[in-house]
Amino acid sequence: MTRAAITADPIDAAGVMARVASDSHGATVLFVGTVRDHNGGQGVSGLDYTAYEAMALDELDRILAEAQDRFAGTAVAAVHRVGTLAPGEISIAVAASHAHRASAFDAARYVIEEVKRRLPVWKREHYLDGTREWVAPGIGAADDDLVPR
Amino acid sequence: MQLTVLLFASYAEALGTARLELTVPERTVVGELVERLRAVAGAGRLPPRPLVAVNRRYAAYDHPLTASDEVAVIPPVAGG
Repeated sequence: MTRAAITADPIDAAGVMARVASDSHGATVLFVGTVRDHNGGQGVSGLDYTAYEAMALDELDRILAEAQDRFAGTAVAAVHRVGTLAPGEISIAVAASHAHRASAFDAARYVIEEVKRRLPVWKREHYLDGTREWVAPGIGAADDDLVPR
Repeated sequence: MQLTVLLFASYAEALGTARLELTVPERTVVGELVERLRAVAGAGRLPPRPLVAVNRRYAAYDHPLTASDEVAVIPPVAGG
């Protein structure tokens, strides 16, 4: 089963959770990221997510594999949305399951933090005044920690 | 050799295209390609050391390139 996906379709969070279901796992953590209606004091009416889709899928696969290596015995899955989203819509769902809760929480947290840091996905916010801007949280930072040495 | 460079989001807007064909010497490394890119109109809006991916992985500036490589310049990411 494919556990990483980049999709233009609405995300079914329960479906992502189902990808990590196992009778031997007593704990499942589901993280859902949604579009916020404000950012930095400005009202946001929507977002365009765009991705370097081929690399984003590879990178998401790598992140999931790392999570399973770091937190032995976990099953993880993640789906990231692209396209135009309205406030409240799901932009990402991450699911992690394990026999016990601690590793499920740790693995889910690892996946979302690495996605934020590494996944080649960009968003352009639509503001209530009609303007649109690319969001660049790390701009000015060297990002050298992403580069292999 | 001829290299195709993919651009995304704010960088594609700055340079007015999502795809550039650049002619560079054989054995060019990533850092030299970035310098070559600076000669393109609009590239003044790139940061001093933009991230570069080669064949869908982040690459160091001393990474050597070949004509078949898929090269992309990666703006600060904002997924999640």
